[in-house]
Amino acid sequence: MLEFQINKKLWHFTLDLSVKIKNQILVLWGTSGSGKTTILHCLAGLVKPSSGFVNLNGRFLFSSAENINISARHRNVACLFQNYALFPHMTVRKNVLYGLKCKDRKCSISDEMLDSFGVGHLVDRYPGQLSGGEQQRVALARALIVRPQLLLLDEPFSALDRNTKISLRQELKKLHQQWQIPFVLVSHDEEDAQFLGDVIVTIENGQARKNSLKVVSV
Amino acid sequence: MLEQFDWRPLILSVRVALIATAFVTCLGLPLARLMARHEFYGKDLLESAITLPLVLPPSVVGYGLLMLIGKNSFVGHILAQAGITLIFTWWAAVLASIVVAFPLMYQSAKAAIKSVDVNLEKAAATLGAGELKIFFTITLPLALPGVLAGLVLAFARALGEFGATLMVAGNIPGQTQTIPLAIYFAVESGRSETARALVAIITAFSFLVIFLVNRWAKTYK
Repeated sequence: MLEFQINKKLWHFTLDLSVKIKNQILVLWGTSGSGKTTILHCLAGLVKPSSGFVNLNGRFLFSSAENINISARHRNVACLFQNYALFPHMTVRKNVLYGLKCKDRKCSISDEMLDSFGVGHLVDRYPGQLSGGEQQRVALARALIVRPQLLLLDEPFSALDRNTKISLRQELKKLHQQWQIPFVLVSHDEEDAQFLGDVIVTIENGQARKNSLKVVSV
Repeated sequence: MLEQFDWRPLILSVRVALIATAFVTCLGLPLARLMARHEFYGKDLLESAITLPLVLPPSVVGYGLLMLIGKNSFVGHILAQAGITLIFTWWAAVLASIVVAFPLMYQSAKAAIKSVDVNLEKAAATLGAGELKIFFTITLPLALPGVLAGLVLAFARALGEFGATLMVAGNIPGQTQTIPLAIYFAVESGRSETARALVAIITAFSFLVIFLVNRWAKTYK
């Protein structure tokens, strides 16, 4: 369960958003510059809000009232960046295994596990040799393999063609059903929002618009 | 002729340059990373102070060092109490080389680190990596070509240091007479064969170093 209230002063406006969701997919829908990505960064611990709180599964990741601010490294919150941020100098295997804490030899992931993400056949390639869709799958594998409690996705489909978009959307929905953790997805694409969002919040100039597209009661 | 040839300047020069480069790397890399990724009050002033030795005449640098570690200086006094004299020893030559070579390593390293996509470092952080791990597994490997370039430049500059070295270390054969000094004084005293030999050696050596490091940087990519 994820509950947060984020207040942050930005250049042109103040970001102010309150949301509470269970293990659902939350879509933050809005145009570029509306503050959506900043909200993700606040949830990830990469940016500090001016005030408010972030509570994940009963644990405060951030609380201005109680002076808590857990660093990104300790939050167990995984991120899928807009350009995937795959480490270009590492193979797919090394990328996926990066977040796993294990001693040398013991760090082996079964091939079935990698196959379930659709990247088993790519393990020895470098990110530069992959297509957009393949990169996205690798980024997802890398993020989920550390068993995060929350997954954040920043415009995950913006760089893909329509067909890849559609199939990846379905894969994402399936992954969510498998992993049963909250997903927070930022997008400006209405179709993405409609298909994926259990809860959709429209953001305009940092604030949630009164009548959002669709809200499933929490 | 080979037995008569004085190899001491070459050995001394290489030793001084290697140690100076090691210091410059250990100090320069962390500082470059700090300045590349953080903003703070007074950053521009610090930046200017660091790069100053690049544009100052070496004799000014030498003068500054004399003021710092000379017999009558504050630091000089403290060291003298501990029985240490830096002036007119090869350690003073190391110090002079460090000061003039530092900005070269620093600037190359900083540019190289800045060129690394900061999102990669953020991604690594969300995957549980601490600052050290991020630096050694993400930032440094990706910044390596620039860092190596800085290293070569710093080494070359340290090897060729003359002005400041003469002022704080002097020209003591076998002790502080580095190759640039040896060449100068050989020319001065008309020993042109010695001068020619030294010039040939240092040129060939420097060329070899640059060639090999560039080769290595290429294959690493």
